Amino acid sequence: MLTRIAKNIDFMDTHEDKQFLETLVKALVDHPESVKINRTVDEMGVLLTLDVHGPTKGKDGNVHMGDLKRGMIGFVSHLADNMPVAAGAALAFKIRGESRVAFAGTGDGGTSRGDFHEAMNFAAVRRLPVVFFCTNNQYAYSTPVRYQMAITDVVERAKAYGMPGEIVDGNDVAAVYLASRRAIAKARAGEGPTFLEFKTMRMHGHSEHDAAKYVPRELLEEWKTKDPILRAERLVTQLGYGDASYFHEVGERAKKEVDAGTEFAEQSPLPEGRETLVGVFATEDEVHP
Amino acid sequence: MTTATLTTQEITYVDAISQALDEEMRRDERVFLMGEDIGAYGGAFKVTEGFLKKYGEWRVLDTPLSESGFVGAAIGAAMMGLRPVVEMQFADFISCAFDQITEVAAKNHYRWGAAVPLVIRAPFGGGVHGGPFHSECPEGWFFHSPGLKIVAPSTPYDAKGLLKAAIRDPNPVLYFEHKFLYRRIKAVLPQEDYIVPLGKAEVKRTGRDVSLITYGAMVHLALEAAELLGKEGIDLEVVDLRTLIPLDKETMYASVRKTSKVILLHEDNKTGGIGAEISALLAEDCFDSLDGPILRIAPPDTPVPFSTPLEEFFLPKVSDIVAGAKKLAAY
Repeated sequence: MLTRIAKNIDFMDTHEDKQFLETLVKALVDHPESVKINRTVDEMGVLLTLDVHGPTKGKDGNVHMGDLKRGMIGFVSHLADNMPVAAGAALAFKIRGESRVAFAGTGDGGTSRGDFHEAMNFAAVRRLPVVFFCTNNQYAYSTPVRYQMAITDVVERAKAYGMPGEIVDGNDVAAVYLASRRAIAKARAGEGPTFLEFKTMRMHGHSEHDAAKYVPRELLEEWKTKDPILRAERLVTQLGYGDASYFHEVGERAKKEVDAGTEFAEQSPLPEGRETLVGVFATEDEVHP
Repeated sequence: MTTATLTTQEITYVDAISQALDEEMRRDERVFLMGEDIGAYGGAFKVTEGFLKKYGEWRVLDTPLSESGFVGAAIGAAMMGLRPVVEMQFADFISCAFDQITEVAAKNHYRWGAAVPLVIRAPFGGGVHGGPFHSECPEGWFFHSPGLKIVAPSTPYDAKGLLKAAIRDPNPVLYFEHKFLYRRIKAVLPQEDYIVPLGKAEVKRTGRDVSLITYGAMVHLALEAAELLGKEGIDLEVVDLRTLIPLDKETMYASVRKTSKVILLHEDNKTGGIGAEISALLAEDCFDSLDGPILRIAPPDTPVPFSTPLEEFFLPKVSDIVAGAKKLAAY
């Protein structure tokens, strides 16, 4: 089995990685629920419909949820503002001598903001246990990378902070997983922060209203052939863990889960208007222990 | 200005701040400090002198010159359960961290329920010939941002008690400490642990004729004016807000309903300042009690100028208060 993995996935450079990938794939196939970090389909649904059961209780929407019990910090629309915050979470772990690691990132556009650079610098100076990533999907809304920066690879930016960086094939699930895992292990071992650039492509507009006519069709066609889900399916097939009927079954299961989540969200009540006034300030019992 | 017994030692306003930090760090190991030059150098105003040696480099963190970065980091550490106290070298530089304060810290609990117990100390105010970038009073910018608490002590007693209360509060608190007062006023403080609760104003001087509502260094200007006015038969009541958010409406309203006349005094620019909001509140809630116009005394809408005669012109003066109170007393 290990040789088969090694033949197909050339980025795996340690025996440990190979073993872990095998365990991961096996777990995904046998017990998909065991590797889910969060049970979020219902919660995502209610977040999008902004009702009372959502993690923000209707106070915020889109992808802005956070939940400290799950180790999730809710980010703001001012992109890259989450990166100093993640560095600060890592600082808390370091001060308390915990083995936790913070993981945060932004898109290619967000790396032009000062907060990105201030976070990278601070984390590197203090060798904080944090992994920063950039999902380089080549467009910040309509602006291509070449109009955002005079470099081709965002990872170049890490050099200025004395931080190790790595370019990762962002459409290869296993590569993303393993690179992240390596960086997290380094951070946990006290070796400081790492920067990961996940190269990928935004296949739709910035949001639903945006038809993305500014993106050349050929570019999208090219990236269609690199679809990360299809590639993951090929990997699982090659490893002998699944076939077409299995993927069909997984697809049906996922669809059912999403449908159920959507129904739950639609039936969930909307908040009362007066709830607007609740929650501007925290009380002492709400402070994270 | 401040009463003192002779039995124990008087300490300055700036020492009161140091004491509060030291005592809170000793009391609660979650409390730690971040800022520029606060470690080996002990801070631009020496507030944290000796702290590095006492508490080590992970509780007294010298940061890069990077206000947005280290305020953001303090927010993250606060969410994880620590109690960071950040020093702005001068309040003027808080504008660099505006986004982190107003968009991340202020809105965090409201948006998804995570508390941000964070204190940002900001040495503010003029009268020290600091020019446009070392004299500002930026509290007005944040007064408009829901989710922040704002305090501005005027005495060593309040400086210590309000800072302790701010550190123990589960919300982001901006603590504006006045540079002009640092070494100019002294007091004997209680030996035992005490706090001054956030949101409580104090009547610093009781008077019958005109109310003056103010905060920070202007409190002392008002008290000086009150002495002069007393000799001319005008009895000025001086209310020290101490906390700007939450605003103690009860104390303000009680004073205005008693005297029927009010002056709002501050060192921040006049337009859109704290005085403008208080003026609107009084017009809405105390209109029936007013016997004269609501008067604002504040600097003109210019940056804080550097040269001595310019800064003297810019800052409110005792004579402005005396003239204002006389005008109101005539109603």
